[in-house]
Amino acid sequence: MRIELLLNGEPAATEVEPNTLLLDMLRDDFRLTGAKRSCDVQVCGTCTVLVDGQPVSACTYLACEADGRDVLTIEGFAELEEFERYAAAFERHAAVQCGFCTPGFLLTLKSLADAGELSGEDDIRHGLEGNLCRCTGYRAILEAARDIAEAVA
Amino acid sequence: MSVTTESLREVGRARTRLDAREKLRGAAVFAGDIEVPGMLHGRVLRADLPHAEIVSIDTSAAERIPGVVAVLVGRDLLDIDPYYGHAIKDRPIVAIERVRFQGEPVAAVAAEDEATAEAALRAIEVVYEELPLVDTVERALEPDAPLLHEGPIRPGLFHGLGDLGERDGNVGYRYRLAAGDLADAAAGAAHVCEGEYVFPAVYQYAMETHSVVADWRPGEISLWASCQHPFLVQAEIADVFGLPIGAVRIHVPYLGGGFGSKSYTKMEPLTVALSRKARRPVKIVNRVEESMVTSRRHGMRCWMRTTADGDGRLLTRETRFWLDTGAYMDNGPRVTATAADSAPGPYHWEAVDVEANCVYCNTAPSGSYRAFGATHLQWVAESQVDELARKAGIDPLEMRRRNLLHPGEPVRPDGTGKPLDADLLGDVVRAAHAVGWEEPRRPLVGRGVSVGLLAAGAHPVSRASVRMRADGSVEISVGTTEMGQGPRTVMAQIAAEELGMSSDHVRVLGADTRFTPYDRSTGASRSTTLAGGAVQNAAAAVAARLRESAAEAWGADESLIELRDGRAVYGELEMAYPDVIAKRFGFRGGEIIEGGEVRPTGGDTGSYAEGPVFWEVCVAAAEVEVDPDLGQVSVLRTATVADVGKAINPQLVERQDEGALMQGCGNAMFEEMVYSAGALLNDNLLEYRVPRVQDLPREITSIVVENGDGPGPYGAKGCGEGALAAVPAAIVNALADAGVPMTELPLTPERVWRRMQALNTEEERT
Repeated sequence: MRIELLLNGEPAATEVEPNTLLLDMLRDDFRLTGAKRSCDVQVCGTCTVLVDGQPVSACTYLACEADGRDVLTIEGFAELEEFERYAAAFERHAAVQCGFCTPGFLLTLKSLADAGELSGEDDIRHGLEGNLCRCTGYRAILEAARDIAEAVA
Repeated sequence: MSVTTESLREVGRARTRLDAREKLRGAAVFAGDIEVPGMLHGRVLRADLPHAEIVSIDTSAAERIPGVVAVLVGRDLLDIDPYYGHAIKDRPIVAIERVRFQGEPVAAVAAEDEATAEAALRAIEVVYEELPLVDTVERALEPDAPLLHEGPIRPGLFHGLGDLGERDGNVGYRYRLAAGDLADAAAGAAHVCEGEYVFPAVYQYAMETHSVVADWRPGEISLWASCQHPFLVQAEIADVFGLPIGAVRIHVPYLGGGFGSKSYTKMEPLTVALSRKARRPVKIVNRVEESMVTSRRHGMRCWMRTTADGDGRLLTRETRFWLDTGAYMDNGPRVTATAADSAPGPYHWEAVDVEANCVYCNTAPSGSYRAFGATHLQWVAESQVDELARKAGIDPLEMRRRNLLHPGEPVRPDGTGKPLDADLLGDVVRAAHAVGWEEPRRPLVGRGVSVGLLAAGAHPVSRASVRMRADGSVEISVGTTEMGQGPRTVMAQIAAEELGMSSDHVRVLGADTRFTPYDRSTGASRSTTLAGGAVQNAAAAVAARLRESAAEAWGADESLIELRDGRAVYGELEMAYPDVIAKRFGFRGGEIIEGGEVRPTGGDTGSYAEGPVFWEVCVAAAEVEVDPDLGQVSVLRTATVADVGKAINPQLVERQDEGALMQGCGNAMFEEMVYSAGALLNDNLLEYRVPRVQDLPREITSIVVENGDGPGPYGAKGCGEGALAAVPAAIVNALADAGVPMTELPLTPERVWRRMQALNTEEERT
């Protein structure tokens, strides 16, 4: 079936099967490989993309459900002016290590910031529960998130 | 030429990671992102029984499915010796006649797309005849236990174990460490602590699963692989497929975490064999449930007895332990030997007897996981030291003050190997104070410290090359794998320091074994110390050429030329590096390229018993609180010590320790691969729980200690593993301090609650 969507701000269309996952569509059809596959069960958050501004796990989201919607991947986010604030905070705190989980964290943080849910420490910790990181131990990511929260406040 | 540390400009600074931008933008390439022309997608059929004979495999229906190009089974490998294993060659590329663990590859399919390959797996018919199960270490050691492997042990290319000895039933490897007269020494004992302990099998969970693209062609094999040790994999692939080493080319892109799960050879032989059958390139990307049965940490059973005299002076330690290595050895022998090295702990002993056994079972193979061996033993060893301190009425910190080894003293009780190269007492005191050691304790709150050592560095062979182009920019070729720990940044800082320039103009490339100089491996906390040393030597050689060229141009004495800020300087004269190179070659081209190496200083030291390159310090402290009604343990405060000699990049050192801290919390608090009758019951991230952001203790302290006592560049030595070994031990000791001594990990609420009930019952009886 054919679906049409707004992908990283540009109109896009592709043919998908009814059971094609959004993650595979993005990676295989559009070569947008910043979203990664890991746990396959919505636990790790490394496949996170934004659909109509909401974070979703692309590993368990059907591509056909994205028909007519606005999908933002890390590649699109990186082109936005506001991305610089996020990137600078992550750089400052060395909150990126292997980099596999990083795009998922950035997109989750963007959705939290956009929804005004990035204010207190508890908010930040709660908001990042759906993203795993095995390298940093989270402290640096939390510090970067606090910087981002201040910058967008 | 080395630089005094006061004048350092690049080294010792929290330089922003050179790979940060690429990774933040989602542009960093991992093995699973690689596509090569004509590439097929591979899926693996895995055994659904833990121990069985393969009666027949019928692949005909699978082969008829449109889009299926090749189906690989054991009989396709008759023309080669299809066994691999860097320590012991015991593992077939794909099961041959018999499966030894649930999840063992039985067949593999290459198809035009992944869905077709997956469908083809379901069309393969395998008839098994079940064999008697050896599902636990206890069963494996029974006299009538079926043997998982028979016949003489075949040593692998890199066993590094000295004399391998004879096979003893299902014990595939045994390591002993003994010194002193136990009976004699224990005669003076006033306090004895004895117990049995259980450590569970755990999963490394590198978020990027094992991923390989293989392209087999006659006389040449190319791989893009998520491997930590490309040169060892290269040699093993060459050996298995009968090619010269140089005919195997391995590209290593970024790794999405390793933690040991991608050390040594994993999915590479199977992917190559499938490509060989298909005559086209093939990509295999494991799913999490597949990576969980590709590599894991050994589960362990341990018995230990420690004695001390009336003053709390430690006298003897005896221990016997059994590591469940699964169906194949993988890195089991080295894990076993390292565990044995960690068993005594860094104390003065009258006598020690350690027997370490690596045991085959019908479970998934166990290999390396960050701080292997030390993580297994330190919590056992240190909990006995604390128990003796309690019995003797001595503060645990004072207990360590009385017993810890001092710098320069032999670590191994038999006096072999490197003497202690760190100030352990200073480290543990700092950690203890960071968790409020002297503050009054509330009920149900406890504090604990732990001290240990990890034999680090593996075999000290690393080479690197540093190349300065005509425009003055620099590339470093070094085989170290970037898997998050930051070597590409650290190597750039080291080279920039030596070259008197900014690391902004230095690039560090991922390994391509066709061009990249040899490096033994990325593990054992060795990269900064050893590969960093090779980079330093290579960069120093380039610097020498720059000075030589500038001296030539100016007719000056070479030794008076300084290199700084990207310029050669001689009194009032200055020349930027591109101009120095232009002077050297007489036109705006050419380059300066030099190599550097680090190697053992004497003879053939391939045996594990030599070394280690350095003793990695494993020191931590923790404060915990236990809920008596729920058995829930909360980690309130932690402190870890990165005793690194010299921090090339202090921020990255802290990150290493923080990451290890959280993995240590996971190992201590909730991680456990649950097996029942050879079946892994929790083979997914819903049921296998790893630390989440909410698990981060509210107060953590990373202490970076720089005593300049390492063998690496600028006095550096490695880090990143020690905290993982030390944290579970500190948590266990803190919980015992709160009144709940535990002998089994992880510290799940149920396990802790049951222990508290048992302790209460005991108390009521007495």
